[in-house]
Amino acid sequence: MSKPSNNLINRSFRWLAHTTLMPLVALSLFLILWGALANHINTSLGKFPGPTQVWEQSEQLLREHQAERAREAAFYERQQQRNAETLKEDPHAEVTIRPYTGSPTFIDQILTSLLTVATGFIIASLIAIPIGVVCGMSAPLYQAFNPLIQLFKPVSPLAWLPLVTMVVSAVYVSDNPLFAKSFVTSAITVTLCCLWPTIINTTVGVASVDKDLLNVSRVLRLGWFTKTMKIVLPSAMPMIFTGLRLSLGIGWMVLIAAEMLAQNPGLGKFVWDEFQNGSSNSLARIMVAVFTIGFIGFLLDRSMLLLQRRVSWDKSAVLR
Amino acid sequence: MSYLSLENLSITFPTENGPLMVLDDVCLKISKGEFISLIGHSGCGKSTVLNIVAGLLQATQGGVLLEGREVNDPGPDRAVVFQNHSLLPWLTVYENVRLAVDRVFAKSKSKVERHAWTLHNLALVHMDHALQRRPAEISGGMKQRVGIARALAMQPKVLLMDEPFGALDSLTRTHMQASLMEIQATLNNTVIMITHDVDEAVLLSDRIVMMSNGPQATVGEILHIDLPRPRDRVTLAADPTYNNYRAAVLQFLHERHAKPDVPSSKPEQSERPQLKLAKG
Repeated sequence: MSKPSNNLINRSFRWLAHTTLMPLVALSLFLILWGALANHINTSLGKFPGPTQVWEQSEQLLREHQAERAREAAFYERQQQRNAETLKEDPHAEVTIRPYTGSPTFIDQILTSLLTVATGFIIASLIAIPIGVVCGMSAPLYQAFNPLIQLFKPVSPLAWLPLVTMVVSAVYVSDNPLFAKSFVTSAITVTLCCLWPTIINTTVGVASVDKDLLNVSRVLRLGWFTKTMKIVLPSAMPMIFTGLRLSLGIGWMVLIAAEMLAQNPGLGKFVWDEFQNGSSNSLARIMVAVFTIGFIGFLLDRSMLLLQRRVSWDKSAVLR
Repeated sequence: MSYLSLENLSITFPTENGPLMVLDDVCLKISKGEFISLIGHSGCGKSTVLNIVAGLLQATQGGVLLEGREVNDPGPDRAVVFQNHSLLPWLTVYENVRLAVDRVFAKSKSKVERHAWTLHNLALVHMDHALQRRPAEISGGMKQRVGIARALAMQPKVLLMDEPFGALDSLTRTHMQASLMEIQATLNNTVIMITHDVDEAVLLSDRIVMMSNGPQATVGEILHIDLPRPRDRVTLAADPTYNNYRAAVLQFLHERHAKPDVPSSKPEQSERPQLKLAKG
């Protein structure tokens, strides 16, 4: 075999080692340590779950979800059958289909949480980016808004939660609400904490646009809109995305806590319910939720990165 | 009446140690089609003069008249070629020039004409081979060519160049000077160029305006360069008249207005107060 190809094999092996082998080693170490330590922790609900129990429970949760879906399908089928029979006897009879009211499964809770965080995050971004752009472009406005931003930024959104809950129940009154109140409350709580990192990073990004580029815009007498679209926004895009990623990360963390605290449907409620349930499997099921929350948080961050890559003009920029 | 007239320009910047007068009574009359170089030590306020003509800075006293009308704000009739090219990094070479063309000729040219005019100006600076490249993908000299194409495409009354070749290596710089002379021979623009380079000033200019040291800098001396065009750098190198001009500029810069040893504070350009923000 010639030398260069030998080198190539060497290099690809090293690359494989770096990208796959090292993380695998770390993961195995973690699992071994966890298993060993878990064996020594005794709680009132039995031994702390190790990797095996958690894996079993994750399968169990999936099975429960499938069983629940099957029950739901059967429920609707029974109704349809009954309705068909009624109609056969009396074609003018009024028939209704009642909705299924089974308890939400783990998968349902995940979907609820994702929908809530997406709604809260999108609303926050739609508010925060324009505010950030305006604050970044105008020093007086920045001076005006800055104390407010600095005041609200460190507030844990959980402190807002009771206020939001009360306001939503007072204001959001409708006979046939499009969204559940709990959903609105959780989404607004997420919005409240997603605002600040985006506002601040957008402001910094917009305020630090290269002065020479702004001079170009002045020489060309670009209008406000063209200047924003052609010069300010592209230039601030990396900072805006930094803000968005921070916001989404915080929003996801806060949502879980808010759901626990407010008993709003979602992964947080699942964790809380399991805790209250106190069966011998509860801790393992909570651990499943913990890993799910982490993995979804990771996926959310990755998807923002992918979006940034799509939008960004600088394809060579290293994004991490 | 002269085409472009700088009338008693003075400018004072507020600093922490009280007001600082950077320019004091700068007067200059420029005819149409003239190529003027501004030369002087760094910190003497050359860029400030240029920025006032461009309208990017406001003179504290005096003003600038272009064709008899006072100019106060920036506009495409006084196109600027910036030292660091200032191309928009997210637009291609073509789009950078097209942005200016679209803005200046929005009403007077059709879409097809604007496209053709963009290509024409890029061909003028020999950049028509890299239309779809982004600034990050081309060399410093090429970026500066595109910057010049963008300025020329505005069909300015006055072309302002702030050390356009200062950031380039000397070989590229000589190429760019040759290109600029070639363009100047065809278009005969009115140009004010800032430079540190004595050879560049003598080679390109009709007149060299030498500025005294700041603060309170003003026009020290004006040197008429009476060399026939087209000028060729190699033949001029042995020309005694050319060398006399060089010597005169060098003498002004290094004998009569030598830079004092003490490092002076240099507020050449006033920075607008930057927003200070916490990152987080």
